[in-house]
Amino acid sequence: MSLWIRNGRIIDPSQKRDIVGDVFVQSGKIEAIGPNIVVPQVPGLNTIDAKGCWVTPGWIDMHTHLREPGGTHKETIRTGSESAAAGGFTSIACMANTQPVNDNSYVTSYIYQKVSSEALINVYAIGAVTKGLQGEELAEIGSMFDAGIVGLSDDGKTLMNAYLLRKAMDYSKRFDLVIISHAEDSSLKGKGVMNEGFNSARFGLRGIPRTAEDIIVARDILVAEHTNSRLHIAHASTVGSVALIREAKRRGIQVTAEVTPHHLTLTDDAVIHYDTNTKVAPPLREKRDVDALREALSDGTIDTLASDHAPHSIEDKEVEYDLAEFGMIGMETAFPLYHKLVVEGLLSINRMIEAMTIRPATILGISKGTLKVGADADITIADPSVRYTIDKQVFRSKSRNSPFDGWEVQGRVMHTIVGGKVVYDAKAGGIQ
Amino acid sequence: MLPSSLNPLGLKSVLGTEFLKKDQIQTILDRAQSLKSRMERSEPVEQTLKDKTVILLFFEPSTRTRASFELAAKRLGGTTLNLSKQMSSAEKGETLVDTARTIEAMAPDLLVLRHPSAGSAHVLDQKLKIPVVNAGDGFHEHPTQALLDLMTLLEFKKRLEGLRVLIVGDIAHSRVARSDIYALKTMGARVSVCGPPTLLPPFAERMGVEVFHHLERAVSDQDVIIALRIQFERLGAGQIPSRGEYSKYYGINSTLLGRCREDVLVMHPGPVNRGLELSPEVADGSQSVILNQVSNGVILRMAILELLVGDKIR
Repeated sequence: MSLWIRNGRIIDPSQKRDIVGDVFVQSGKIEAIGPNIVVPQVPGLNTIDAKGCWVTPGWIDMHTHLREPGGTHKETIRTGSESAAAGGFTSIACMANTQPVNDNSYVTSYIYQKVSSEALINVYAIGAVTKGLQGEELAEIGSMFDAGIVGLSDDGKTLMNAYLLRKAMDYSKRFDLVIISHAEDSSLKGKGVMNEGFNSARFGLRGIPRTAEDIIVARDILVAEHTNSRLHIAHASTVGSVALIREAKRRGIQVTAEVTPHHLTLTDDAVIHYDTNTKVAPPLREKRDVDALREALSDGTIDTLASDHAPHSIEDKEVEYDLAEFGMIGMETAFPLYHKLVVEGLLSINRMIEAMTIRPATILGISKGTLKVGADADITIADPSVRYTIDKQVFRSKSRNSPFDGWEVQGRVMHTIVGGKVVYDAKAGGIQ
Repeated sequence: MLPSSLNPLGLKSVLGTEFLKKDQIQTILDRAQSLKSRMERSEPVEQTLKDKTVILLFFEPSTRTRASFELAAKRLGGTTLNLSKQMSSAEKGETLVDTARTIEAMAPDLLVLRHPSAGSAHVLDQKLKIPVVNAGDGFHEHPTQALLDLMTLLEFKKRLEGLRVLIVGDIAHSRVARSDIYALKTMGARVSVCGPPTLLPPFAERMGVEVFHHLERAVSDQDVIIALRIQFERLGAGQIPSRGEYSKYYGINSTLLGRCREDVLVMHPGPVNRGLELSPEVADGSQSVILNQVSNGVILRMAILELLVGDKIR
């Protein structure tokens, strides 16, 4: 099967390419790319007119929760992959905090079996750093690596034992696996449910201070420096994290970081109506944090964009703010929210696409995120001019916990193509 | 049920004082004062809640607030139904919203809610058609307590504008403090807070109050001191080292009163930890109006119920 994508604006930061031209795909690979390519007249040639659209390497979301196994009333690998496809993502990584936890090769293999039979897109598993995410013993990192994990994280929890973190960093070097840190000091976080600040005082809710994040980011950077290993800071949310990461990079420490759509677009003002969809870890912060995160994303201090897609059922969220689960879904709203920064002149298009493609691919060590000739034909086509209203009722995710329902946004995914196959087509009924 | 636009407050529910306007607070205080005058003249109270049902849904232990609401409703001729956490289905796993919807299906006229989580009254107000009165939500607000404090202040000081009020104690975990601060500020009072730094909310000064850590420095020109109840059982470690130390730095005793204006009023939302927040001679002294607060509480709550769902009020 062959595919000819015509007249799009091809943006591929992996090749520093930004041109108007065509892409030709054959047998699931990029066959030719450029302004004046010659496309052979092959039978069954499928053509997409991409005039006015961006044609980019398939987007990568390196931080999602698919809830399978164990939480399939919230999401499954199937529905999560549909949600990803509808959001323009061709590759995603799913975190280890399932039930049972992905802390051994049997769970990893189960996930990959489900992925191969049910997922519409590429799904990569992240393995737990410690058994059961308990922070007490190392998980079977090597066996999970052999079963295909692409990174390590106790995400959802913070590994509070610095000794064990140091050992995990030492051990995982053998497999060149990045350690992804969910940075929230559990003693400083306490029973906090939102950012500690004037708003937490007003709303009468327990606060989570910025220091809870900063102190772990600082610790993890020091341990990564000491062990000379790779560290990735998940969902950076504070002005202090940004400063620490910037300084660490300047000193040559191998640290990378990601930021979420919600931390780039919302402040803790959003908590005012006690909408539990605004309850997320780390919490929504204040304007100065949002400003610092935007600047850090733009200048590359923060490497990647990641949604931290965290599905929860109605019964987990339609409760008191104190009792609600942390987390919001994000894959189907990520792109228009990222694009908002481009529209507002705060982020270049190329930097945005880089943070969604080649940067996360490099961090996870997966051969994705590029339109080089010979690469897997994972391609996302988006129309940056389409304006629409976010409607949670049309989400493909099994969950609806989004604070962005009703937002007016600009920028729509038109086609999601995985291995040369169109898995999502906005004009042809969505999921294919 | 009256559409909110038709009741004299122009409010569906009373959830907090933060967003109450000056004229709304004045309407409530005027109504309460007029009820009080009638009662003092032994005139019969109009039965404006006749055939009305008020549900008291209390998810936390409470003696005085619940009793006060119950008396208020009954004096107006209303029927009350008490539901506690144990009596509702919360213990069986029913969510707060489901409990409230179930209660609403029985067609009551108003719901009074006390709940340990901030925002609970707001969430129920969004989900229910009937008015909700917040009787305390977590650390957030306790509007009827603040309004009865204002009523008492007005009675003894004849004004709120320019009045200097000091709130002492655990401001961070106090719904009374928040509601008092907002209501007093709206009515033009000058509010200060004083407590150990561990028990002051972050950025307290942004609430428009002056912040003190030393009680003796805070009291000199105050017209009113409101002492808050310290709830040691809820505080957990790392807030105050001991009761003795709290009492030493933040307890109000007669020596401290010697540094205050002669006409200073002492208030407390109750129940008082004697010897901790207030020494017995202060709690029972001539400057204490704690029992007046309790009496006014019933009348103030009558005013609110009447304004929200009362029959003849237009």
